[in-house]
Amino acid sequence: MTITLTVNGVDHAVDAPPDTPLLYVLRDDLALNGAKYGCGLGQCGACTVHVDGKPVFSCVTPVAAVAGRRVRTVEGLGTVDTPGILQQAFIAEQAAQCGYCISGMIMRAQALLDGVRRPTDAQIRAHMQPNLCRCGTHGRILKAVRRAADMMGGTVPQAVRS
Amino acid sequence: MSMSPLDHAKAPSRRAFLGGGGALVVAFSLAPRALAQLAGGGEGGAGPAVIAPDLKGSLKNHPWLDAWIRVDGDGRVTVFTGKVELGQGIRTALIQVAAEELDLPPGAITLVTADTRRTPDEGLTAGSHSMQDSGTAILNAAANVRMLLTNAAAALWRVPAGGLATTGDGHVRGPDGRLAAYGDLAAGLSLHVAAVPDAPLRNPADYRTLGKPLPRVDIPAKLTGGAAYLHDMRLPGMLHARVVRGPAEGTRLVEPDIQAVEAMPGVVKVVRRGAFLAVVAERQWTAIQALRHLQRAAHARVTAPLPAGAATGAPLSGDAVEAVLNTLTPRDIAIEDTRTPTGPAVHTVQARYTRPWISHGSIGPSCALARFQDGEMTIWTHSQGTFDVARVVTELLGLPAEKVHAIHAEGAGCYGQNGADDVAADAAVIAFAVPGRPIRLQWMREQEFGWEPLGPGMVTRLAASLDADNRIVAWRHEVWSNPHNNRPVGAGGVLAGAEVDPPFAAPEGKPIPMPEGDGSRNSNPLYTFANTHVLYHFLKDMPVRVSALRSLGAHLNVFSIESMLDELAAAAGIDPLALRLAHMEDPRARDVMQAMAAGFDWAGRPRGDGRRGCGMAFARYKNLGAYCAVALEVEIDRETGRAWVRRAFAAVDCGQPANPDGVRNQIEGGLIQSLSWTGHEAMAFSPERRAAFDWSGYPILRFQDVPGTIDVRVVDRPGLPFLGTAEAAQGPTAAALANAIADATGVRLRDMPLAPDRLKAALGPV
Amino acid sequence: MRRKHWVGAAAACIALGGLAALAVAYRAPLPAIARPDAASFDRARVARGAVLAAIGDCAVCHTADRGAAYAGGRPLPTPFGTLYTTNITPDIATGIGTWSLDAFTRALREGVARDGHHLYPALPYEHYTHVTDGDVEALYAFLMTRPAVSAPPQPNHMIFPLGFRPLLAGWKLLFLHRGALPPRTDRDAQWNRGAYLVEGLGHCGGCHTPRNPLGGEETGRAYAGGVAEGWVAPPLDGSSPAPIPWTADGLYRYLRTGMDGEHGAAAGPMGPVTHDLSAIPEDEVRAIAVYVASLRMDGRPGPGPGPVDHADAAAQAHPAGAALFAGACGGCHEAGAPMLTGGRPGLGLASGLQLEEPANVVRAILEGLRPPVGAAGPFMPPFANSLTDGQVAEVAAYLRARYSDRPAWTNLTRESATARKEGQQP
Ligand code: FES
Ligand code: FES
Repeated sequence: MTITLTVNGVDHAVDAPPDTPLLYVLRDDLALNGAKYGCGLGQCGACTVHVDGKPVFSCVTPVAAVAGRRVRTVEGLGTVDTPGILQQAFIAEQAAQCGYCISGMIMRAQALLDGVRRPTDAQIRAHMQPNLCRCGTHGRILKAVRRAADMMGGTVPQAVRS
Repeated sequence: MSMSPLDHAKAPSRRAFLGGGGALVVAFSLAPRALAQLAGGGEGGAGPAVIAPDLKGSLKNHPWLDAWIRVDGDGRVTVFTGKVELGQGIRTALIQVAAEELDLPPGAITLVTADTRRTPDEGLTAGSHSMQDSGTAILNAAANVRMLLTNAAAALWRVPAGGLATTGDGHVRGPDGRLAAYGDLAAGLSLHVAAVPDAPLRNPADYRTLGKPLPRVDIPAKLTGGAAYLHDMRLPGMLHARVVRGPAEGTRLVEPDIQAVEAMPGVVKVVRRGAFLAVVAERQWTAIQALRHLQRAAHARVTAPLPAGAATGAPLSGDAVEAVLNTLTPRDIAIEDTRTPTGPAVHTVQARYTRPWISHGSIGPSCALARFQDGEMTIWTHSQGTFDVARVVTELLGLPAEKVHAIHAEGAGCYGQNGADDVAADAAVIAFAVPGRPIRLQWMREQEFGWEPLGPGMVTRLAASLDADNRIVAWRHEVWSNPHNNRPVGAGGVLAGAEVDPPFAAPEGKPIPMPEGDGSRNSNPLYTFANTHVLYHFLKDMPVRVSALRSLGAHLNVFSIESMLDELAAAAGIDPLALRLAHMEDPRARDVMQAMAAGFDWAGRPRGDGRRGCGMAFARYKNLGAYCAVALEVEIDRETGRAWVRRAFAAVDCGQPANPDGVRNQIEGGLIQSLSWTGHEAMAFSPERRAAFDWSGYPILRFQDVPGTIDVRVVDRPGLPFLGTAEAAQGPTAAALANAIADATGVRLRDMPLAPDRLKAALGPV
Repeated sequence: MRRKHWVGAAAACIALGGLAALAVAYRAPLPAIARPDAASFDRARVARGAVLAAIGDCAVCHTADRGAAYAGGRPLPTPFGTLYTTNITPDIATGIGTWSLDAFTRALREGVARDGHHLYPALPYEHYTHVTDGDVEALYAFLMTRPAVSAPPQPNHMIFPLGFRPLLAGWKLLFLHRGALPPRTDRDAQWNRGAYLVEGLGHCGGCHTPRNPLGGEETGRAYAGGVAEGWVAPPLDGSSPAPIPWTADGLYRYLRTGMDGEHGAAAGPMGPVTHDLSAIPEDEVRAIAVYVASLRMDGRPGPGPGPVDHADAAAQAHPAGAALFAGACGGCHEAGAPMLTGGRPGLGLASGLQLEEPANVVRAILEGLRPPVGAAGPFMPPFANSLTDGQVAEVAAYLRARYSDRPAWTNLTRESATARKEGQQP
């Protein structure tokens, strides 16, 4: 079955069973590596992407549910050569160990910064709660999110483009 | 600088680099696996033989320079290591080491990690040995190469080598200012020579790269969706597989409906080999649905029942952990036994400490790629033992050793032996049955929780006495533990080995001898105590599948020693830090404790008031690795029993830090991970199976529970030997937490996890 | 458990006419006392108070997310505005530090603060009024020995005229029936203990009993099912729709662990209730379970219909719902999923799918459920961001067709939109 979805601003027609979780469509059909399989149960956040500007667990989001909707992945925030603000902040804080959780962390954090210019520490922690990290990078992740908020300078964050 | 897994897939083998000459390959195959080595902390099999005992690090096993370093005509340098990136930042640290001693910018160096055809076999990447083994080897190999290049320039210019210098950008400069490029010099030079032990090292005062916080080379790709992990590899014609097992170790499915799955559209093959079962499909989702269909079958337990807690499916109490271990027959190993006449004891404290079984809990379930083509098996693995994966697969499939090629590619953090080795073997069995098509196999979340080896449950009993002068005059430490080193070195060590027909026998568990130790690791105190008696009750029979979890026995042994010191200090009414310093002669250990005391403001700390308190602890990992002292300030919510760490401070001495920010990152991570293990985690069992299959049954620390602040001070030791740091924080953090809780509340918790419900129960209702 | 029934209370007051109510509204302030020394309370009494506080869910409402225990500040959102719970720690300026036992008793039993103002029936005083003197005293001792936390009350945001508290006096005239409950001599001590806890501190009827248009509990239809925060609190009497009827043992497991293998997991406002009951003496929870089980046994003893699974027919009737279910829910709820091979109940046993109203199913899909921070327990991710209202409706319709023999739900898309709006309020 062909399903049309918009990923990072680009329309794709994918031939996949409608119940296929978005995660596998992104990874296997569209060759996007950012969203990771961690649990497949919506419990760890490694697969976090945005749908219509909101963070979702792509592992439990059937592709049929996002037909015609805007999907945004970490690839949509920037590239190795031109990283986006959050990515720059994560690099500046060296906020990764194994890094497996980090794409999901960045997408979760981006959703916060899209809506709240100057989140408090408590807000950041509460917002990031769904995402797990086993390497213990939490402290640096929190610093990176704060740094990104500072870099955005309290200005109106970039609108969701995708 | 770093290669993506895809580069690995495309890269020619080392043999091709050498134009088929193969001298280097011969060198590898000549190195027999004999003499027990401590590469990887003594885990895994016996490491490669020592053939050059006067050299340092892994040069002892692989003295030829071209095993480590290749200099191309254009001046580009490739460095080879048998160690692998596990998220600990080793890739960057090793590049820094090589760059420093070659006197090159780090960007000029390409690092190749473990590959059975390209790199030296350095045993496992484990036991915080990478800097000691590989870092030291590369440091000295690079110094040798720089010396050879300098000598070549001297010969070229007919001047004494003493007047020459390297420039930091790939040139040797003569006394008259003439420059010769490394690439040109290397063209006339064979690096297939053995290293010499005394090649001059660069002066730490002149370091350009080493000891600097170089940003990690692997991070940018990991943040932007680059092909950074094995999981991200896509080979042409690749198929997706899922291995099919019962819900947890020791179970098997009863008559799964294979016919129905074979008829599912998109299923390419159902692979059966004895009791080994897997599905292969064009699409990943199809493979998962086929797996789910097969999992509808009933399951039966095929091995002895698991040790269940009092309430089935509830975490085991300390008593229950001890009861389980008490059913096993110990082999007693004396670790230390000293006798000194002393004055009479005035305070004696006895205590038992326990740790339950703990999951590695990698965020990415284990994954492997395998391809069987033209009679040759290639496996991409994130195992800590790339060379062992090749050995396991060789035996499992009965292939000639030279037909099996294993290549490391990064996975999610593993923290010891998780499912990585098993999944690599699984993938090879599947690929063997589907020749010509690359197979990507990832375990499901529940398979990782259900089947990976756990960190062993352990018990210690300590008794210690102080005399009237607050000197420790007796110290007894007994530890009971299963082996922590069940790393597979043959087919019997992986799950598939027990499933194929005929099955391979599981090897008998063996202890790791001291000074590294396994269950005994860090049971020998670094302090100077009179009448020290340390005994390891090694329990070879394992009621639960277990193997190495980061820091091995040091987690409970350091927890026990450092809890006991606080219990003694409390009994005598003295400051816990003062008691430690009074018994510590090692000046570096004292420095680290004092650096902690200064950074945390130990003297000015808030004193325990029922709801807030502070605790500290210290250990030198294995008494051989990094020194680490940790102090924590906790805030107790007496209504819920939650102990939240407001503030954490750690001081660490790891010798010459290759990358101080990398060291800090490891210590911060180890500290948080240990707070999670120590404060929250326990795998629960029913007699039938492990109780947890997802994160709801095995919660780990999340953002709202991690410390308010963490600061790490790295004590600089210019030019001193590298000491591994990746496991330095676990033990001290665990004890510091118990000590802080005791300081805050007066309640001493001795059984992990120091969980909110336990603290609440211990505090009572008020 | 955030209660909303006081919203009905407001309607009642308006109906009565404000002025009539005002005549009975005045209550005198009680004198402030010096804060009692924590050490002056008997330890055993404090310990008892801790158990009672758990049964009464005090901390659930009076603790903000990650805030200090009992310091209040938790928003109780409603379509009529937002109410913030108060600080019940013994802080002198911002808590109940100056409250005498008499003042505390009056608040608990009559809904009047020490200074004489009327409290919203978010504080379920129509139940607490049945609590014995000894238990009130124990609760007082427990609260007065908590650490005093300075946490000023946050202003409520009520729509006009509900901010005018004297209106509440009229509501009390109708619905506050003071006094102890007489024990039943034809029942044993355990049942009577359960009755006391359930009718009093536990205030189960606050949610599980339907309310009349004036917001009072319909005493004639006790436990026939009610509403809490938009969730249906299912009937506990003979009309319970559970495919396998509740027993005292099943209820005990459920109340104790938040999960029963023959029914399912506690969701919505019930989650925190079961967490509170997980750590108190077993006898008390058993008594509650025995009493609640008797509510059904008295009305409809005997076996239930058992679970059904019309997978094929449901997929045919709702193909889109079936696909969404397979991709979003199947990883946990389909046969062969780890959760089901791990011994958790299938959806065929869930009461929510058998109720007349789809409220719980829709809310569970949108909000998910999660155990308290750091604790193990049933978990479900929220789907509010990934599924549209139309998609939630498809899934719910499919679930109803697959797992029940009852009539299809209607207006599911609208239900989802409503639930989503409520869930987004502060
Ligand atoms: S993989 Fe989606 S939440 Fe874990
Ligand atoms: S960095 Fe490894 S899991 Fe977060």
